[in-house]
Amino acid sequence: MQYEAPETTKAAVSLLAKAKGSAYVLAGGSDLLVRMRTGFIEPDLVVDIKRIKSMSEVKKTATGFSIGAAVPCAALGENKALVKAWPGLVEAANLIGSKQVQGRCTITGNMCNAGPAADSVPAMVAAGARAVIQGPKGKRVIPVEQVAIAPGKTSLKRGELVELILLPERKPKSGDAYLRFIPRSEMDIAVVSAGVNLTLDAKGVVTSARVALGAVAPTVLLVDAAAKAIIGSKLDDAALEKLGAAASAACRPIDDKRGTIEFRTKVAAVLAKRAAKIAYKRAGGK
Amino acid sequence: MAVLVSTTINGDAVEFACEPDETLLDVLRNRLGLTGSKEGCATGDCGACSVEVDGRLICSCLMLGVEAEDREIETVEGMADGATLHPLQTKFIEHAALQCGVCTPGFLVAAKALLAKNPDPSEEEIRFGLAGNLCRCTGYDKIVRAVQDAAKEMRGA
Amino acid sequence: MPLDSTFTGQSFKSVGTRPLRPDGIDKVTGRAKYGADHNVAGQLVGRILRSPHAHAKIRSIDTSKAEKLAGVKAVITAADLPDLTNGDSGMFDILDNCMARTKVFYDGHAVAAVAAIDAHTAKAALKLIKVDYEILPHVTEVDEAVKPKAPILHKNCFTEGVEPKPTKPSNIAKVTEFGHGDVEAGFAEADFIVERNFKTEQTHQGYIEPHACVASVSPDGTGELWVCTQGHFVYRNHCAMLLGMDVSKLRVTSSEIGGGFGGKTHVWAEPVALALSRKANRPVKLVMTREEVFRASGPTSATSIDVKIGIKKDGTITAGSAELRYASGPYLSMWAELGAMTSFACYDLKNVKTRGYEVLVNRPKSAAYRAPSAPMAAFAVESVVDELAKKIGKDPLEVRIQNAAKQGTKSSYGPVYGPIGIGATLEAAKKHPHMSAPLGPNQGRGYACGFWFNFGGQTCTDINVGQDGTVTLTVGTVDVGGSRASLALCVAEELGIPYNQVKAIVADTSSLGHNDMTDGSRGTFSSSMAGIFAARNAVAILKERAAKMWEIPVDDVSWEDGHAKAVGEKYGNLAPLSLKDIAAAAANTGGPIAGHAEIVADGAGVSFATHICDVEVDPETGRSVIKRYTVIQDAGKAVHPTYVEGQYQGGAAQGIGWALNEEYIYGKDGRLQNAGFLDYRIPVCSDLPMIDTQILEIPNPNHPYGVRGVGETSIVPPIATIANAMSNAFGVRMTHVPMSPPRVLKALEAAAKS
Repeated sequence: MQYEAPETTKAAVSLLAKAKGSAYVLAGGSDLLVRMRTGFIEPDLVVDIKRIKSMSEVKKTATGFSIGAAVPCAALGENKALVKAWPGLVEAANLIGSKQVQGRCTITGNMCNAGPAADSVPAMVAAGARAVIQGPKGKRVIPVEQVAIAPGKTSLKRGELVELILLPERKPKSGDAYLRFIPRSEMDIAVVSAGVNLTLDAKGVVTSARVALGAVAPTVLLVDAAAKAIIGSKLDDAALEKLGAAASAACRPIDDKRGTIEFRTKVAAVLAKRAAKIAYKRAGGK
Repeated sequence: MAVLVSTTINGDAVEFACEPDETLLDVLRNRLGLTGSKEGCATGDCGACSVEVDGRLICSCLMLGVEAEDREIETVEGMADGATLHPLQTKFIEHAALQCGVCTPGFLVAAKALLAKNPDPSEEEIRFGLAGNLCRCTGYDKIVRAVQDAAKEMRGA
Repeated sequence: MPLDSTFTGQSFKSVGTRPLRPDGIDKVTGRAKYGADHNVAGQLVGRILRSPHAHAKIRSIDTSKAEKLAGVKAVITAADLPDLTNGDSGMFDILDNCMARTKVFYDGHAVAAVAAIDAHTAKAALKLIKVDYEILPHVTEVDEAVKPKAPILHKNCFTEGVEPKPTKPSNIAKVTEFGHGDVEAGFAEADFIVERNFKTEQTHQGYIEPHACVASVSPDGTGELWVCTQGHFVYRNHCAMLLGMDVSKLRVTSSEIGGGFGGKTHVWAEPVALALSRKANRPVKLVMTREEVFRASGPTSATSIDVKIGIKKDGTITAGSAELRYASGPYLSMWAELGAMTSFACYDLKNVKTRGYEVLVNRPKSAAYRAPSAPMAAFAVESVVDELAKKIGKDPLEVRIQNAAKQGTKSSYGPVYGPIGIGATLEAAKKHPHMSAPLGPNQGRGYACGFWFNFGGQTCTDINVGQDGTVTLTVGTVDVGGSRASLALCVAEELGIPYNQVKAIVADTSSLGHNDMTDGSRGTFSSSMAGIFAARNAVAILKERAAKMWEIPVDDVSWEDGHAKAVGEKYGNLAPLSLKDIAAAAANTGGPIAGHAEIVADGAGVSFATHICDVEVDPETGRSVIKRYTVIQDAGKAVHPTYVEGQYQGGAAQGIGWALNEEYIYGKDGRLQNAGFLDYRIPVCSDLPMIDTQILEIPNPNHPYGVRGVGETSIVPPIATIANAMSNAFGVRMTHVPMSPPRVLKALEAAAKS
């Protein structure tokens, strides 16, 4: 195995593009090293992006926030402006693994691992986050929900890597929240999860919303019907019931060691409702 | 092909050669004789290999040895100041916060990182802060008490 | 009398105090050496190739390519571990489990192994070994394995313990039966009868340290083995027999042990490491991965238990019966038997009958796990006792008190009890503040009892007095959780010297006579007894030496508070001699001063506990949280109370994990799906509350200090305690463990509908 730690995005793209055999990007490594260790993959090339300065920063920009692909999740929690603007996303990032894992793992890696249960992804999708992708043919920007296309598979082409995650500017009277169900209190992979991001008008009526569900389909789902269920409401019980029903209706889960179809479908509704309530409160709704 | 790496471990400049796919934990244990960090799972689920890298708590099983170039690494072997134990080490012994002791180095490193960020944690904050470290002997009760007591002593309360 | 184990009721100076453990600093600084922390010059890396199939015939194994790989120094298969067991079927099963011979019996069964110059080469070599399997139908579930058409693991398995002996093979290896009275007559007297089936899934001890050893065999037939084990003497015996070595020429050193809970009482990879070393003529280090630990060491049994109990309206239990099916893995063991023995042990019953079925399945060989087999049986019985109490409208605690076993009770497994603590733990629970604390919404409180035997067994201990009067206590029982401190306390007590004057160590197998394992809660019980006897023998010598120093008859010398005293007015001018004084003069009075004891530690006291638990369940998700937990247990005498508390808390935590989330999950293909700490969910720190403990001390009459084993009983009540708490919160009776969120949610919904 060859290990490279380039200092520029360009150099990283070049290494990946020229690689013969299997090449992997190393950000936090909390998935990559496990897969290497268990023999699931045997990389010929690993490109460590943590020495690329532009990928190692969280920046407040004119249009929101930019989060470098190599920024560990723990650093997100230390950025006060980010926590204030996107508390749900930061909470999601700081639910991945343990404190130790959060010291290394990144939301970009979480996204590129393309697991349906990735904690930060529903929160990013709900937030309307976009991924900045650099490749041999230049830069492209796509919504986060278009990165994973199947379990373990992304839409990234050979030689491409994600450089940044862009978060939109936070509108007033907005809030987001992410909840996951796990059997223990920590250290588990989400059995089912929900991210909700919404904006209210002056009267507390939901004017826009995005609802994303994790671990209920091959990829994280952005559920328009669930968003529609609460738009125009003050999140009254009837709207919440509709939200729950829409969330359950969108589920296409599997039975596996972590949960059953029945359980995931039911609990998706529970979490969507609970997350919506938290987001609503954060947006200043009463 | 082995790679030569220069780094700092517990304040000492260290050079080592390792294979590019070797974990930092394997380097510490097998090449540098620092066997205080333990391998309980090799998947980041047990925390027995916890170390700090540039002040950040991580699992050394989830980091490559080659990534250590120019970093500052702190392991359990660096916690005591000569013959003077770190307050956490003292309190772990006093409270019997260890039975078999194999998870203890990881707990100590993680608890040190926790207290550096939060000198006066609640029981809940300690429990969630240490959730990445598995202990199968104690039921965690005496570990939490030891951390509470050490925090109190470190605050000078 | 040096060898009199009778409890005398003496008062204590050291025993019962809480000094610092002698191995503490090594363990907080990273200096302590565990199984994988040891290295020797020239060592190779050993790795094992394991079957991906649950059940298959091994047609052939081709190792030729692996042998040719540069850096590979040995490749072995079962052919390199020939059968030397001479008809000992138990040892043959151990051999077959260490390295499959004609068939593989589970996903993870070892089929070959390599020793190479480094881990990369070893891993590459494993890939070059070609095994030709003929896949056979498999069965992993205990209730499926007993069905007439189930795939049969062993064609020569004819159920033992039934008359007439079956003519057809089956997966029921053995049936055992316990009890007394006439259960049918007892049920006829009952006003209410509850009969239920309970299931528990397979759990693993989950020690944090994977199995690890360094083996070194020389061409002259001598060998050394460094290993993490609960019993290095037993490992030595087993390894020597399997490899055809002389017992005394194999020296086994037990490392510090990173948890065992029964799982390190069996040899797994050690004979393989020795065989690799023998073939390679170099030391071999073999460390299991976590995945291997789950797939190929020994979890405890999955079970299916039918319980029937009858009760009168006045609360008298009239009869109890149980049929217990315990999955044993592919080999006969005694797990159902232990379940059958322990299931009703808490109660004084006129009519009781239990039958245990040892069931063979295509899963790893079941091993001991802390009070092995008792938690599942207690779950079934204690759940039904609770349900019956509700049926007659009585407090479940009162019903337990009314029917509790006591001194003189004929136990359900045979013997008549001496002084025991079940009644006392129940009375203490009744008075405990936890019982009257208010409960919040969606919370319930439950309680349950538990029993475990405790073992004694062969024990050998030395005491050596240094020239400065400090004392080395050398024991052969592995210290799994602080026993060196407890044993040093007992010897300090007996010698009348301060704790700090005694240093306890665990010796290797060449330095001491045979010791049985640290299992069955016997470590502190038996080694303290032997330590006390050794100290008494040392005192006899100390008195002789004092007599010599004083030039008086030894009969005129007594031993008090660590000093020899000359007894009698005529010796008024002779100041007492301290142990240090006598030690300093040893060279001139007869040489080194030592005390030894070699015993079979009889008279282990049985142990009982009662637990109280508050659980909160989220009615929308079925997720449970333990809000408060209390353990009340009889310790006989708590030698080091802090470590006794630790045993109570640790066992309760393991029981809570078992009750709520831990389970082996097998796919239809017979492969284990959750061989890691991510999906085999042991409790994390934020899952648990503080665990309150109350130590009761009802002395064991058969130990000089009244000590009972304390290590295991605490894992017995939690499953039933939590199930009963859920029942009290929601009126649902959980009969399938773990009570994981999907199962609980389903039960809640079913209850809401009915």
